[in-house]
Amino acid sequence: MTLVLDPVADAAAPLARRNPVAKLAAALLFALPLIATLDPLTAALGLAVELAVLPLFGVRYRVLARRAWPLALAAAGILITMVLFAADRGGALLLSLGPFDVTTGVLLSALGLVLRVFAVALPGIIVFATTDPTDLADALVQNARVPARFAIGALAAFRLLPLLGHEWQMLTLARRARGIDAGRNPVARLRLFASTAFGLLVGALRRGGRLAVAMDARGFDSRVPRTSARRQHFGPADWALMAGAAALAAGALTVSVVTGLFTPIIG
Amino acid sequence: MCEVVLRGFGWRHAGRRAWALRGVDLHIAHGERVLLLGPSGAGKSTLLAALAGLLPEDSGEAEGEVQIDGLDPRRHCFPGSPRRPQDRAPVAGNERVGLLFQDPQTQLVMARSGDDVAFGLENRGVPAGEIWPRVGEALDRVGFPYPMSRPTAALSGGEAQRLALAGVLVLRPGLLLLDEPTANLDPAGAALVRDALTRTCQRDTTTILVEHRVAEALPLVDRVVVLEPGGGVRADGAPAAVFAACGDELADRGVWVPGHPIAPRKAVAPPGDVLVRVRDVAVADRLPPVEVDVRAGEVLAVTGPNGAGKSTLALVLGGLLPPTAGRVEYPGQPAPPHRWRAAALARRVGSVFQNPEHQFVTTRVVDELALAGPPASVVDDLLARLRLTHLAPANPYTLSGGEARRLSVATALATAPRLLILDEPTFGQDRRTWIELADLLAGLRDEGRAIVAVTHDDAFVSVLADRRRCLGFP
Repeated sequence: MTLVLDPVADAAAPLARRNPVAKLAAALLFALPLIATLDPLTAALGLAVELAVLPLFGVRYRVLARRAWPLALAAAGILITMVLFAADRGGALLLSLGPFDVTTGVLLSALGLVLRVFAVALPGIIVFATTDPTDLADALVQNARVPARFAIGALAAFRLLPLLGHEWQMLTLARRARGIDAGRNPVARLRLFASTAFGLLVGALRRGGRLAVAMDARGFDSRVPRTSARRQHFGPADWALMAGAAALAAGALTVSVVTGLFTPIIG
Repeated sequence: MCEVVLRGFGWRHAGRRAWALRGVDLHIAHGERVLLLGPSGAGKSTLLAALAGLLPEDSGEAEGEVQIDGLDPRRHCFPGSPRRPQDRAPVAGNERVGLLFQDPQTQLVMARSGDDVAFGLENRGVPAGEIWPRVGEALDRVGFPYPMSRPTAALSGGEAQRLALAGVLVLRPGLLLLDEPTANLDPAGAALVRDALTRTCQRDTTTILVEHRVAEALPLVDRVVVLEPGGGVRADGAPAAVFAACGDELADRGVWVPGHPIAPRKAVAPPGDVLVRVRDVAVADRLPPVEVDVRAGEVLAVTGPNGAGKSTLALVLGGLLPPTAGRVEYPGQPAPPHRWRAAALARRVGSVFQNPEHQFVTTRVVDELALAGPPASVVDDLLARLRLTHLAPANPYTLSGGEARRLSVATALATAPRLLILDEPTFGQDRRTWIELADLLAGLRDEGRAIVAVTHDDAFVSVLADRRRCLGFP
């Protein structure tokens, strides 16, 4: 499993073309208000909006499903936890697994939580599926006034990330070649994992240090005002995207309040 | 065009007793191209770092003076200089000093080639309109074959190093410092970089090159300066004169002086029984079907171009990678090696990886050797044989390149396997370590072990190999 950051969307789609900072802000403006309530209606509305808007971002549903597989894992975890530990077991009994009663009440609360996980996480996944990391770093520096040191530093670090996977493989093979393997013993496995992780850390620190010296040698972070080779524009369409996201989130919450299903997270 | 003057310059890194450099007197005129030589530990990298202003005052002790165009490299707008605005000399997007390091992977910052070259210009505040024309010019100057949108992850070692060179040259430095630019590259990649350097090192840039492959670097320079470990300049002048005066001494100390060939060390006894049979072994996308026998008492060299699958074959032979087709047979063992338990594998096959640091698992050299449980006498014997006795309590990660390589070979030998597989054993070695390794491997071969070496090094093949297997040719 590698950290997938490369954009997979059609870059010409109307919303995919927007400024990366605008897209990120819109995702936050849309997702965070959805956390305020526990009811399934708001989450379902939010999810419906996200799925409806997807074609405008140029991402196909199948591609999104592949990127979102960790969420499916989270959903399964929530379902199991609710079945085992739910306090409120009201509603009609559907299934009885030993001491655990699966009722409609349990399933409904589980559904609410699962929908919430998807509704809150999906905007972030969509943003990263439609944004090139270099463009995001440029936009953060130019439009959001993030210090170049952090944005470009993080970008350089992400470039080195795929090397870690290869390095881990080499370290594991090297340990086998030295006569060290863990077999079935969980303690031995843990020790082997810790030893390999330490080797990876040392390698990563060295590589990071060398890259930092090389960046320094090319004048990075030397207080000379930095210019940009790639312009990132922030225009009216970007403001409109952010406003639209905020409005849609507000709309979902309003519907929830009006129908009386609003259950605040605090209180 | 920069003029470099060093007067009695010395440097001692913080926490060390010995001086890295002492009493260096050197004058390099505008446009000269200098090759800096010296045995390992002579302070060549330290000197380049001092010229680039990368040795801050609090990291050690300096004596004497170093000046570039009459200015102290640490106080003016050089890479790594202090950040006070009043210390800055005016800079118009041009740089006095450019420094190229040896590992291409840790010099490339951006995901796209053009963006990476533009990085230096962005840092120096060059107006956006000027950036892309200069990027195109720098890429043409080094002969970069791809368009600007080429992902840096898709570049080979030689191409990546060329791109890094473009990134340094785009700033139009007056002084170009090259710290072993081809050390991490195979011969094809090294040739690409040398070609780029030939195109770019014209008379308008002062160049100082540190390089192990001296014979190939000579066409790029007009002057040779030899450094003494912990001392100053040992010799200085035209290459022919310097090598005539102290060529033998330099060769003994580890410098690859041209015209000093190494005597072959071939097997005297005929090869023994077959230790491994490889039958039509293939790994999907990495290794086409190959068939070879490995015999005791023989050194088998596996050669071929990059991407032919040499390292993959080494992994399969060593039981570290299961083949997707074919069989690896060890006579007397029913199961193939990738199914053996690691302890059994280590007793029969020793694998030495290309990067020695991947194989270190403990915190002391002596613990590394004792890991598999050999008796103390074996450990002491290995330490003595590989000249590591004085390093016994040291942390393996603090060893120099040559010492780390010797340690990784020693750890593979600690379990006394009959077959030793080495991946690029002579990578980046100076002459002295190279000869030691060749002697060691010849000795092991004469004891009756089998040695398989995956290598790009033609000298290794001609000196040591009894049999050669080329991959990747029809």
